[in-house]
Amino acid sequence: MIIFYVFAAVAVGASLLVIAQRNPIYSVLLLIASFGALSGLYVMLDAPFVAVIQIVIYAGAIMVLFLFVVMLLNAPHEETEADERRHILLRSGPLRFGAFLAVVLACELGWALTRGGESGVFAGGSTTSVAAIGRSLFTDYAFAFEVTSVLILVAMVGAVVLAHRERA
Amino acid sequence: MTPLFIAQIVLTLFVFVMLLGSAAVMVYVERKVAAMLQQRLGPYLVGPKGMLQPLADVVKLMFKEELRPKAADALLFALAPIIAATCAFAAFAVVPFGAATTFFGLLDEPLRLQVADVNVAVLVIFAIASMSVYGIVLAGWSSNSKYSLLGGLRSSAQMISYELSYGLALASVLLIGNSLSLSDIVNRQAGTWLGVLPRWFIFVQPLGFIIYMLAGIAETNRAPFDFPEAEQELVAGYHTEYSSMSFAMFFLAEYINMVTVSAVATDLFLGGWHGPFLPESLGWIWFLVKTGAILFFYVWMRWTLPRYRYDQLMTFGWKVLLPLAVVNLLATAAAVLYFQ
Repeated sequence: MIIFYVFAAVAVGASLLVIAQRNPIYSVLLLIASFGALSGLYVMLDAPFVAVIQIVIYAGAIMVLFLFVVMLLNAPHEETEADERRHILLRSGPLRFGAFLAVVLACELGWALTRGGESGVFAGGSTTSVAAIGRSLFTDYAFAFEVTSVLILVAMVGAVVLAHRERA
Repeated sequence: MTPLFIAQIVLTLFVFVMLLGSAAVMVYVERKVAAMLQQRLGPYLVGPKGMLQPLADVVKLMFKEELRPKAADALLFALAPIIAATCAFAAFAVVPFGAATTFFGLLDEPLRLQVADVNVAVLVIFAIASMSVYGIVLAGWSSNSKYSLLGGLRSSAQMISYELSYGLALASVLLIGNSLSLSDIVNRQAGTWLGVLPRWFIFVQPLGFIIYMLAGIAETNRAPFDFPEAEQELVAGYHTEYSSMSFAMFFLAEYINMVTVSAVATDLFLGGWHGPFLPESLGWIWFLVKTGAILFFYVWMRWTLPRYRYDQLMTFGWKVLLPLAVVNLLATAAAVLYFQ
């Protein structure tokens, strides 16, 4: 139980610090720490496969890309906008969008927390067995799985189209 | 505190010390083999046949001044070598190096010669390999020097590119071994075919073994893929600004990573501790011999082949090694499906 609280505290603390940091590099690193703590929680839930996949995909692959982008662009420390007169939801620009998103997320979180313990049980039985996870991914959840892969492919093609420039 | 628990702790400490020792031995072997290949003597002054040379190196490094560039990011600059060394040690935790033993009846139950028997061991190794990029990238960035930054960027691009082939080579062994646990995979390689040929996976996966070794050399940043520290162009790459013990940590991490890659190759392709002539309880001798042979191959490669050009490295990784690994994986999957 103590281990759970340690991991939970690290995850929450690191996540809060991610948004409190001015230096984007530190934000990225704290996010990795948060992912690591989450993966520790998965291990405690007897799901080592999910824990390792969390590290491989999020901490290993996606965050390296983030780090690359931040470092190559050499992003400066963030400046806050000084327009304090109007309410944050009335202001124009990305700030309003961010605030709106935060409100939506807070509503969802509140709804999820008050909903009670009727969450769906994993159909494949034990989560420790990689075979069980694989079988249910390719039978019960095959449609969602394939749609996700198409979605990722679309995002990839989109990124290539956006980044591609005709060579003169 | 059961005896098994105490034995487990002792084993963990033993592995830690042995990894440190193996790095020292590798430094000595590397210098001696290099000297052999170049027809010179190598270290011979400190101790018998220069065998205490690594110790002298450590003492020298410890007494050097710890330097830090003024413009460096203090926290990350200190953190980077720690990440590199931690990842190197952590990866070895899931590698089994001998059959379960009771130590001549000392323990009631047999103890597995492995720090942690995780049932997804292969994935853990892959995950830690992908984490070790951070040590190098952060070292390069936080030093605030152009050589370090270029070295760090090159190294991360290289490691990310070769990780794909590395992972695919691992996956084709998993298909044959039908398990993610390294000890299960090793145990599937016991016995012989037709009474002569050992059932090692290298004989069913020769292409997989070659891909694994090439990607492994690139992952550990060794010659002929040692771009991160190409001294003729980058001074010393990502650790240009490091001195004293923080440099030593990078050095240590590189050698331990080599040992881990070789040990995993032994478990996956060369039958781990299984071999003729020796009883199962002395299987760790076979393990040491096989790992040592791969490590020697590593050193031999370094002093034989010149460094590639950077674009050649990228072309080779993406256009040769990755397609080969994909074809190998598909062929293996088809064969497994057919013979089942």
